[in-house]
Amino acid sequence: MDLNLTAVELGKKIKNKEISVVEAASAYLDSIEAKEKEINAFVTIDREGALKRAEEVQGLIDAGKVTGPLAGVPVAIKDNMCIDGMLTTCSSKILSNFKPAFTATAVEKLQAAGAVIVGKTNMDEFAMGSTTETSFYGETKNPWDLTRVPGGSSGGSAAAVAAEEVPYALGSDTGGSIRQPAGFCGVTGMKPTYGRVSRYGLIAYGSSLDQIGPIAKDVTDCAAILEAISGKDDKDSTSVKEAGDDFMAALTDDVKGLRIGIPRDYFGEGLDAEVKAAVMAAAKVLEEKGAEVEEFDLSLVEYAIPAYYIIASAEASSNLERFDGVKYGYRTAEFTDLHNMYKKTRSEGFGPEVKRRIMLGSFVLSSGYFDAYYMKALRTKALIKQAFDRAFEKYDVILGPVAPTTALKLGESLSDPIKMYLGDVYTVSVNLAGLPGISLPCGYDSNGLPIGLQLLARHFDEKSIIRASYAFEQSREYKRPAFAVERGL
Amino acid sequence: MQITDETIKYVGILAKLELSDEEKEQAKKDMSNMLQYVGKLNELDTEGVEPMSHTFSVHNVFREDVVTNGDERDNMLKNAPEQKEGAYKVPKTFE
Repeated sequence: MDLNLTAVELGKKIKNKEISVVEAASAYLDSIEAKEKEINAFVTIDREGALKRAEEVQGLIDAGKVTGPLAGVPVAIKDNMCIDGMLTTCSSKILSNFKPAFTATAVEKLQAAGAVIVGKTNMDEFAMGSTTETSFYGETKNPWDLTRVPGGSSGGSAAAVAAEEVPYALGSDTGGSIRQPAGFCGVTGMKPTYGRVSRYGLIAYGSSLDQIGPIAKDVTDCAAILEAISGKDDKDSTSVKEAGDDFMAALTDDVKGLRIGIPRDYFGEGLDAEVKAAVMAAAKVLEEKGAEVEEFDLSLVEYAIPAYYIIASAEASSNLERFDGVKYGYRTAEFTDLHNMYKKTRSEGFGPEVKRRIMLGSFVLSSGYFDAYYMKALRTKALIKQAFDRAFEKYDVILGPVAPTTALKLGESLSDPIKMYLGDVYTVSVNLAGLPGISLPCGYDSNGLPIGLQLLARHFDEKSIIRASYAFEQSREYKRPAFAVERGL
Repeated sequence: MQITDETIKYVGILAKLELSDEEKEQAKKDMSNMLQYVGKLNELDTEGVEPMSHTFSVHNVFREDVVTNGDERDNMLKNAPEQKEGAYKVPKTFE
């Protein structure tokens, strides 16, 4: 079977009985087995569970009980989303034995839509990182070049889709963790508006920023997946039911009259020339299709990363306090008393990047520094949100790069944390402002590495993003990494 | 800003982390660099700007306080590093 099918294409073939659900699951499980040694996109592979579930879903489809576009299609889930009875590690030692007793709402919704879960994907530990190198379970490799990072933190999900180990995956995005790895791996990833998708069962990093979203081969898949997972959930009081959630209705090849703004300040120093050229060419394509494209000054771009790292670290220090060796997860072998057990468990269980952020977060929340750092960051966040509000008075969509460069070499970023953080310059402000954004391939650099295009829109206006990105997508061909073609079964 | 040994010790207590001497030195360096970097925000005039935690208006969400889940005790305890008689077992907390 053709592993290069999109999720929606495969769903159609399953519906038409050209492929059975078990055949589809087996084919991708075999693909995973053949490629994992080189890619390491998965922390957990559940062959037995997936095949059993595939039979069950086939029965549901045959009985007409599950009819959606994703029915019977295999999926991989980022390892920070809880699944009842399945190992959920956050790529950390501290959760190396954690099997949740419940399932994240977004995953439950996919299951209701007939998804077959084949496994859990690798990530930066607790989603803290932009390369998937901080995982306790080893780095994931980029299928376009095995000497390069897949991006992060949802690097396992993006690499698994690019390597055709799975047709689509769920990721999570706190500061770019869906969009940047999608860009580095040449696939399409979407961060929905904050509140669009329930965070129940998503192990929290920065709760005011985290959002679950799809990583897939194209915009149609992303729209179908988002339709399946979005909606208000009583278990997450920040989730909302908002109109405009018929995402697939926006899959029209029509951008006439769509107003697109290009922030000049996204194209300054630090942006790779080839990335710049590819993104500007994409803008040209949309203009030729009838969109009104113009440049503008967004402002405040250089303040987004400092504000983000203060807020995200502060929230992380609070969210990760629960990992103390009492109720679940790793507990240190020897200790003298309760506090000693907490400290030893956490010191042995967390990796360096997680410790770094917990300490920074504890510091900026501590008395004497709270106003100077944390409150200052929240005021900056308000200004950044206002800057976007002003832009969206004039434009329906904002267009720019996903990251300043294409995928970096393995090991290049770890030695200098701030350098790694700077790579998030175009993505973090979107989380601060709670906006929806998409990343899709718009070209390839001279090393043959994919270049990502990022499109943003107003709160709950994912449809404008889908409309613009679908229209752009019609003008370009989806390229497969040579790795996936050569290892194809 | 310069991070002192006392600050690192204090942050270690807040963060419940026990650092080796080598880790402490690294943490001092990392935190100084990071605080210097995020200090960039001081260039911005935020006088009179309300701190923003939520980007669109949602208010407190209330619901009836009704138990909807069943008895999950044994299920929850499955993940406990140590348990005793239906409870989480921890080291002695006071003499």
